[in-house]
Amino acid sequence: MQTYLGQPQLPSDDKRWKIVEATARRHGREPHALIETLHTVQECFGYLDETALRFVAATLRVPLSRVYGVATFYHFFTLKPKGKHTCVVCTGTACYIKGAPALLAAVEKAHGIKPGETTPDGELSLLTARCLGSCGLAPAVVVDNVVHGKVAPAGLLARVEKGIHP
Amino acid sequence: MTIDELRKIGEAEREAQTKFQHHVCVCTAASCLSSGADHVCDAIKKEVAETGMNHEVLVKSVGCMGLCSAGPLVAVETAGQTYANVTPEQAPDIVRSLDTGSDGLEHCPPDMPFFARQKKIVLENSGKIDPERIEDYIAHDGYHALVTAITELSPQEIVVTMVQSGLRGRGGAGYPTGLKWSTVAKTGEQEKYVICNADEGDPGAFMDRAVLESDPHRVLEGMAIAAYAVGAQKGFIYVRAEYPLAVKHLKTAIKQAERLGLLGNNICNTRFSFHVDIRLGAGAFVCGEETALIASVEGKRGTPRPRPPYPAQEGLWGCPTLINNVETFANVAPILRNGAAWFAAIGTEKSKGTKVFALAGRVANTGLIEVPMGMTLGEIVNEIGGGVPEGKRLKAVQTGGPSGGCIAEQYMNTPVDYESLARVGSMMGSGGMIVMDETSCMVDVAKYFTEFCMSESCGKCVPCRAGTQQMLSLLEKIACGQSTQADLAVLEELCDLVRNTSLCGLGQTAPNGILTTLKYFRQEYDHHIAGGACPTCRPTEVSQ
Repeated sequence: MQTYLGQPQLPSDDKRWKIVEATARRHGREPHALIETLHTVQECFGYLDETALRFVAATLRVPLSRVYGVATFYHFFTLKPKGKHTCVVCTGTACYIKGAPALLAAVEKAHGIKPGETTPDGELSLLTARCLGSCGLAPAVVVDNVVHGKVAPAGLLARVEKGIHP
Repeated sequence: MTIDELRKIGEAEREAQTKFQHHVCVCTAASCLSSGADHVCDAIKKEVAETGMNHEVLVKSVGCMGLCSAGPLVAVETAGQTYANVTPEQAPDIVRSLDTGSDGLEHCPPDMPFFARQKKIVLENSGKIDPERIEDYIAHDGYHALVTAITELSPQEIVVTMVQSGLRGRGGAGYPTGLKWSTVAKTGEQEKYVICNADEGDPGAFMDRAVLESDPHRVLEGMAIAAYAVGAQKGFIYVRAEYPLAVKHLKTAIKQAERLGLLGNNICNTRFSFHVDIRLGAGAFVCGEETALIASVEGKRGTPRPRPPYPAQEGLWGCPTLINNVETFANVAPILRNGAAWFAAIGTEKSKGTKVFALAGRVANTGLIEVPMGMTLGEIVNEIGGGVPEGKRLKAVQTGGPSGGCIAEQYMNTPVDYESLARVGSMMGSGGMIVMDETSCMVDVAKYFTEFCMSESCGKCVPCRAGTQQMLSLLEKIACGQSTQADLAVLEELCDLVRNTSLCGLGQTAPNGILTTLKYFRQEYDHHIAGGACPTCRPTEVSQ
């Protein structure tokens, strides 16, 4: 492997790798920067693939097994790409007792996917969140990164539909 | 920075603000933001500009005002009015109301019990100051405690004050804060760390998020005072990645404090230096446990380790580490400013001060509240919360998140303090309070929490990893009526085992949800065992 001052080469000339490298550099390429660096990768690329895990391992000089261990331990990290649109249903306690199961069931039925899955055409991912902290507005959902409170199944389906076919 | 310079900044800010005849505060904390508060704020600013009232009206983005269910909230400070459910279209009405008084706007009366029954210490600035301006915080006595502490007090004096105040950890377990500080302080001269635990993983809890979003400087000031008292030079705030607004406000706050020399090297021209860095969590409930949190800050999987040694002796990278919760740090500055005796006079004999709760679920007024310790659950739910809506009957109050338990209606006269809540089988926890009415099936609730603990178990110790799984499968059997009383007996035995043999707090408290629902609602379990559903399990609720 070609190296420069002991550093691995960027996997491609995609500019986003430079941002990832900058995070590692800011933390002195110390192993304790692992989670921070993975956050940056996910922010830039949307998910963590094998190339990214290998690159992070080499950059921070930690075993690939540890990188994989951390990436799979924390729920926030995902190893699969998300769909073009996302629908996150909060399943925190307040949302749960105020109807989150019905919201999940509605999306599952309408789009034929279970939580954690993406539709075959890659349009929509259905996800759940442990708690958004929007308990005052339960039940809450996040459709394409916008939080909506006090939603009903029909309203949620309409919002998701509007996202996919504006 | 000296105390005089600090006073000057505060005075200049107050003067600048009093030039405006009217102060319009728009809550732009996360909850109101998701109801469209940013559009409301823009609309009001635009209206003010268009009507040429730029020099009379100050429009401020402020933090959480508490009554999240009625958001977006807009407070006109000068008129003492708070408007609820404001839409951008109402901006002209609000601006007009400044001169003519309001008409056609929805009010929250100032004497409404939701506001009147609270006592605010931690949240005193929340909803009043602009969290992104350090000057506004300084104008509200901010950083005075820090500057006074490092220029006039010795570290020992601060620790003594904390001990005398009787403050206990607000993360849930209630360990005396002063004792923790003195343990770290006594470890001698070496590298030490201060960590702020803002990994608010309990579902149904958003107190820490609100504090960080609404008053981030308060937490930084508390951490800096703690660092001075225990002799640490470096601090970390471990905050959930799911709270982007809190992270943004914290980053801004750290930069501002560094610019004014309130954080960084040689603060106030003394030998004391303190640097704060943010570490993002990545969605693991177990990281709320202090040793797991430390592992996560070190960039590892968040698995706990046996204690002792406690983090106060051997924590981050093996160095003595002080870990406190957001709310605990937020209490530090007021205690130093007003004295230990003032703080100790609030609350009950063993639980001093106030506690912030996130009130949610089947209750009319949901949101963030702060009450003196010792107020009863009934007062909180019925007076501050406004009772259960739609004429439904209160069934239980769940406190303490997945580690806590469900407290039945007949125990509503239980005062909220660490000991009383433990006596009824629950715990204070970090402050989530979920109200449940007659439509909630308690077997289903127990199943929900057990599923949570099972999936959040880190897998390090067997009782928690395997035990929670077995508990869940037994509960599922019970819920669908395929079990016998013998299964229930096994479940109880298993709960006892998991509680007594798990490595960390997650496993030790995981059975609480089952144990409390069994204690107070055993008949529902019996119904399920006998027939597959209890009277409250209405299948229509799920499929509607």
